[in-house]
Amino acid sequence: MKRSLAILGFAVLLALSFVLPALAAQQELRWGGDTEGGAPYMFQDPKDTSRIIGYEVEIIEAIAKHLGRKPVFVQNGWDNLIPGLQRKLYDVAIDGLEITPEHKQEVNFSIPYYATFLQLAVRRDNKSIESLEDCRGKVVGTLKQAYSHQVLEEFGGIEIRLYEDEINAYSDLVNGRLDATLFDAPIAVFYAGFNPEIKFVGPEIGRMEYGIAVRKEDKELLKGINGAIVALRDSGELRKIYDRWNLWSPMMAKEFNDYRPRQADAVMFNEWAELQKPEFTFRDRMKRYAGFMPVLGRAALTTMKVSIVAMLLAMAFGFVLAVSRVFGPKPLSKLAVAYIETIRGTPVLIQLFFIFYGLPNIGIKLSPFVAGAVGLGLNYAAYEAENYRAGLISVPKAQMEGALALAMTRWQALRHVVIPQAFRLVLPPLTNDFISLLKDSSLVSVITMVDLTKAYGQLATTYYDYFGTGIIVAGIYLLLGLPFVRLARWAEGRLAKVGNMTRVEEETTEDLIASKDGIL
Amino acid sequence: MAPSNQPLIVVDNLCKSFEQGEVLNHISISIREGDLVSIIGPSGCGKSTFLRCLNCLEILDSGTISIAGVTVTRKSPKDPITDDLLEKAHLLRQEVGLVFQIFNLFPHKSVLENVILAPMVVKKESREQAEDNAVRLLKKVGLEDCIHRDPSTLSGGQKQRAAIARALAMNPKVMLYDEPTSALDPELVKEVLQVMRDLDAEGMTQIIVTHEMRFARKASDYIVFMDKGEIVEVDDGDILFTNPKNERTREFLRHFEGDAL
Repeated sequence: MKRSLAILGFAVLLALSFVLPALAAQQELRWGGDTEGGAPYMFQDPKDTSRIIGYEVEIIEAIAKHLGRKPVFVQNGWDNLIPGLQRKLYDVAIDGLEITPEHKQEVNFSIPYYATFLQLAVRRDNKSIESLEDCRGKVVGTLKQAYSHQVLEEFGGIEIRLYEDEINAYSDLVNGRLDATLFDAPIAVFYAGFNPEIKFVGPEIGRMEYGIAVRKEDKELLKGINGAIVALRDSGELRKIYDRWNLWSPMMAKEFNDYRPRQADAVMFNEWAELQKPEFTFRDRMKRYAGFMPVLGRAALTTMKVSIVAMLLAMAFGFVLAVSRVFGPKPLSKLAVAYIETIRGTPVLIQLFFIFYGLPNIGIKLSPFVAGAVGLGLNYAAYEAENYRAGLISVPKAQMEGALALAMTRWQALRHVVIPQAFRLVLPPLTNDFISLLKDSSLVSVITMVDLTKAYGQLATTYYDYFGTGIIVAGIYLLLGLPFVRLARWAEGRLAKVGNMTRVEEETTEDLIASKDGIL
Repeated sequence: MAPSNQPLIVVDNLCKSFEQGEVLNHISISIREGDLVSIIGPSGCGKSTFLRCLNCLEILDSGTISIAGVTVTRKSPKDPITDDLLEKAHLLRQEVGLVFQIFNLFPHKSVLENVILAPMVVKKESREQAEDNAVRLLKKVGLEDCIHRDPSTLSGGQKQRAAIARALAMNPKVMLYDEPTSALDPELVKEVLQVMRDLDAEGMTQIIVTHEMRFARKASDYIVFMDKGEIVEVDDGDILFTNPKNERTREFLRHFEGDAL
């Protein structure tokens, strides 16, 4: 028995030794995209939020398969897909990226894999707008940094409102804040096409081509991807993907020179359409929200981890800054002041961008987590330093003198007498700052991390539901912060005693100084 | 009061100025081991600054202070305060205990912890050793019942006695008191002064800046009268109070005629 087990074990090891290198040998194709971009591009599968689906996902996976590489998805904000590519977070970027002259200056693009146009949409009861021409003097919403934005601007005379996402734009159209919207046709079909209060008007506007972005230096990869697109087009595989998502159009027929009838059922489109039906019971809704929990739980963990590490860093470095500023020699003190003023005087968002996308230029490349924690930590350190400073100078000078008179060194006096008293005074504002940091940590989504706020955006676009999801996410933030609020209360209660006493002694000092008219 | 022999403290031409002007003007004095000396004088005469200079809480501008073999000296206020000077000042502080008018007890520590902190931190004594010593000293100043209390719960007199025990825990050769009873209610003054009397009986060298004229006269070996940054007169208490040599001393003592003396 023992012997046969040993043989079996050996056999398994032998088998693994063949399989493992083979697995490892398969090169990865790391691709960047933003799942907050929504349907039909890429979004969380409503049936299983741990999976991402979308026609772009299917395309890049088909290309990877053609190249014999293993596709690995890397999340990044849509605005930052190209900086992220240059920073080598991934090998290629794909997410409805338009091939524009501006983009081409930064990166290379594959041949277009999809071509589409812009679709104007108005409220059902609107009779006055039938074309872009009629939009002059009216308010039109669109996506920021997109081709549609550029078209509206060049057209002129239109009041443009820019949005981060399509859902809010379309809901503003319905509730009358906008007169019209201009979006890429796939977005319009998926997000407004099912809304009975919205209608599409006018002809196809403009022409835009989506390409896969590749770094300038990766010539071989670009060649391979172009080859894959041609092969997948000719084999009809791309056509099938577009049919499944109901994205085939006369423009695409012309582009691919493919005038055959539908090659596949629009299964993916129909699934999406099913979700848009208004009959949706309270129970269904609750079930859906329960399904959010793994995603939101993971995101909350990220938020918490980044916040705690950043806060620890802020507390430690802020302490060094405060002690340098209050007790350090002049040059060091000035340096600390300069740091504090610079950091407090510039937006933390810019600091994060600088650390994540700027520093690689001088060879410092940090992982998203480290960059996020360090960026927020260094920022908050400036605020904590000022908290500590307030604490340190609120400890009466007599305490320092009392310690020095006992032959303690300056450092010993600080460490054993001044700092412990200052820390008690500083604890409540420190707690306050942590709660504030917890919320500011949502900024890490700009450097590819999926924190609670980012997850909110992703789920909301997937389910077209900013309201219910918003309440849940706000509730989670509240829950994360609550223990620290309690801690602050408890600390304040405990500190009241010591605080009072310090104050009494201070008054005594002042009285005595006032009573002495001389220099003593 | 111990028999006098070698001077324990020698001050020579000590000068100190602040931005507002000169505070100590060429002070010279010798004090023998075991002496109890009171310093009196009008507000602003420089007596507290003198005490703070002796403990090096204020670094002197020029002159020499020598206490128990440690000498701190500086030629002129233009001389930089060197590390060597600061090191000497630190050594000197270990020989000199200073008690403040407002006690300066550490509010975040119990009475016992106040007393053991410096011996443990500065002299690296073990906790047991420091605590044994602290309990002995707290008994001596009559605080055996207050060992584990917070300073905030003590009366003024108890606070000042705890502060004295804390200074004694460093085993100093000299004790300095800067108006130790001025912040106390009248009925609490006695218990603090009694502690100083007891220490005098044990032979401790003590310098007290005080407004307690009766105590100065009765308990001190001699009294130093200061005015405008100078030592005006040094004499036995009875002589100084009844027959002062200097007009400025006479002028000052006129305020205290009757009740206080």
